[in-house]
Amino acid sequence: MATRTVTVASAHGLHARPASLFVQAVASSGIAVELTKGDKTINAASILGVISLGIEHGDTITLSAEGDNADAVLDQLAEIITTDQDA
Amino acid sequence: MTSSLTGVGIGRGLAIGEILRMPDPLPEPSDAASTLDADAEKVRAVGALAATAADVRLRGARAGGAAKDVLDAQAFMVEDPTLKDDVDKRIEAGKTAERAVFEAFAAFRDLLVSMGGYMGERATDLNDVSQRVVANLQGVAAPGVPTPDHPFILVARDLAPADTALLDLDKVLALITSDGGPTSHTAILAREKSIVAVVGAVGALELSDGQTVIVDATTGVVTVDPSAAERAAAEATLADRAAAKDVPVGPGSLADGTLVPLLANLGTVDKLAEAVEKGAEGVGLFRTEFLFLDSAKAPTVEDQTAKYSALFAAFPGKKVVVRALDAGADKPLSFLNDEPEENPALGLRGLRALRANEPILRDQLSAIAAAAAENEADAWVMAPMVSTVEETRYFTHLAKELGIKTAGVMIEVPAAALLADRILADSDFASIGTNDLTQYTLAADRLLGSVASFQDPWHPAVLRLVGEVGKAGAALGKPVGICGEAAADPLLAVVLVGLGATSLSMSPAALADVRAELARFTLKQAKQFAEIALSANSAVEARVAVIDAATPNKSTPTESEK
Repeated sequence: MATRTVTVASAHGLHARPASLFVQAVASSGIAVELTKGDKTINAASILGVISLGIEHGDTITLSAEGDNADAVLDQLAEIITTDQDA
Repeated sequence: MTSSLTGVGIGRGLAIGEILRMPDPLPEPSDAASTLDADAEKVRAVGALAATAADVRLRGARAGGAAKDVLDAQAFMVEDPTLKDDVDKRIEAGKTAERAVFEAFAAFRDLLVSMGGYMGERATDLNDVSQRVVANLQGVAAPGVPTPDHPFILVARDLAPADTALLDLDKVLALITSDGGPTSHTAILAREKSIVAVVGAVGALELSDGQTVIVDATTGVVTVDPSAAERAAAEATLADRAAAKDVPVGPGSLADGTLVPLLANLGTVDKLAEAVEKGAEGVGLFRTEFLFLDSAKAPTVEDQTAKYSALFAAFPGKKVVVRALDAGADKPLSFLNDEPEENPALGLRGLRALRANEPILRDQLSAIAAAAAENEADAWVMAPMVSTVEETRYFTHLAKELGIKTAGVMIEVPAAALLADRILADSDFASIGTNDLTQYTLAADRLLGSVASFQDPWHPAVLRLVGEVGKAGAALGKPVGICGEAAADPLLAVVLVGLGATSLSMSPAALADVRAELARFTLKQAKQFAEIALSANSAVEARVAVIDAATPNKSTPTESEK
């Protein structure tokens, strides 16, 4: 299993537009990705799940996935999380 | 047969057209057990979710801008895999697809509401998409603003920001609401976008789709099923107005040449270009709340200086009045005042809140002074919600100490209006906020729909207070501006000038109508209208009497009105 632990860069956290961008990227990757914040893990393709974690700017989250291209997909997702999408 | 409804007209527009009603919210789907098998219900749910997501996305693509982002996020909510699992589970337990969708969205909504703040606001989005999916399943019209291919007049109880964000202004000829007053969201939007509107028209919800109405915002009257003669008269008026529309952009002035600078109310720097294009001669009210909203603490002096500098740079040599942070009541900021209050409108707000957090006020004034020094605009600063002479002195002294050249106060509290001569002795200028002045004078919460009818700046008591400030300004040679919604009502704008206002500030969209109206009358007439309004018994009487005095050839009543 591949994992990435990253810090959220968007000024308003993973809400609204940044959450949409992220979920869209997960959906188009075609593989199952999980997102963990604290002791909660959700399906990263679920915008309601992502929003309900209340992820704020500066929070640390972990992404995990399995499969052939899991590393490449997680790198791409990590890039989204560590870029300020509200800027 | 012709009948009519009366409400509060916003602006002076006129429109003729067929109405469409905003569909009522759907009732909660019944919790009766499904008569289909679970697989069949799942197929129905999948189809409805997919169709709704596609529809929401399409509306987003059509709307563009910020609305597109919101709607794209809604489409993802409809397609959410976790939600889908939840729906399936509920269907397997014997629910209908409608009920399962309703319950699954409701569960997420409750979760978001329990998180509060921003998350709580997203709950509205979930309600909206939930209703859309259920409507699709039931084969009924989706709630929300109808989107026909032809122009129409929209009738609703009231409109929420989510509805108005998507209004297609090329299609919506006019708005009629049964609830809401002149400061409701609908009214503010109508004023901002120059949409013909009558709000608070009791009985509007009894109208049916397809009925023809004439909406006259000047009188606040909606004529239902007009006669051919009434229709022809309205069409003639529309043609006349279209011809007269081309008043050249230039300084605001009365017919006798008395200058009345017309300024813009702005809340962000985004609208600067529009204000300049519409001929704003400066900014009469720059709200600074947007710099502070959504933040847990106040922005730095450097951040603020850059924002103010962008504003001043757009108006070289012109007046720009910046209002110090006005938090509280309808726009609380946690770092200023997070104590829950029984009556926030009467609480620690405006200058009171700033004074309790003086470092924030000092930073803001320093940033404005620094930005002013970098630019050629004539930068003025004013304090919100000042009640006493002592507060006036406090603010103007502090502002001067921090390098502000022109410091004044807003007059929104009757006490300040009544002592305007003494307040103005210690202030470089006054700017009257008519929305709050009306709320405090009539003791009617402007955010409360049930007392919305009191929120009318035409009320003679409000006008008398404006007159007190005007008189004090004239005696002391100090400018008296108006920066409330009242200045955007063209005829009321003339009355306010008659009461002594020396400049008017409004949404940029209202500038053209006000400029045209001022040019029709002399200062002498404006003063007459002011006298007429002051001697009326009510806001309605004042408005009618002044319209009467301002109309040279009174039209004879039509057949149906006899």
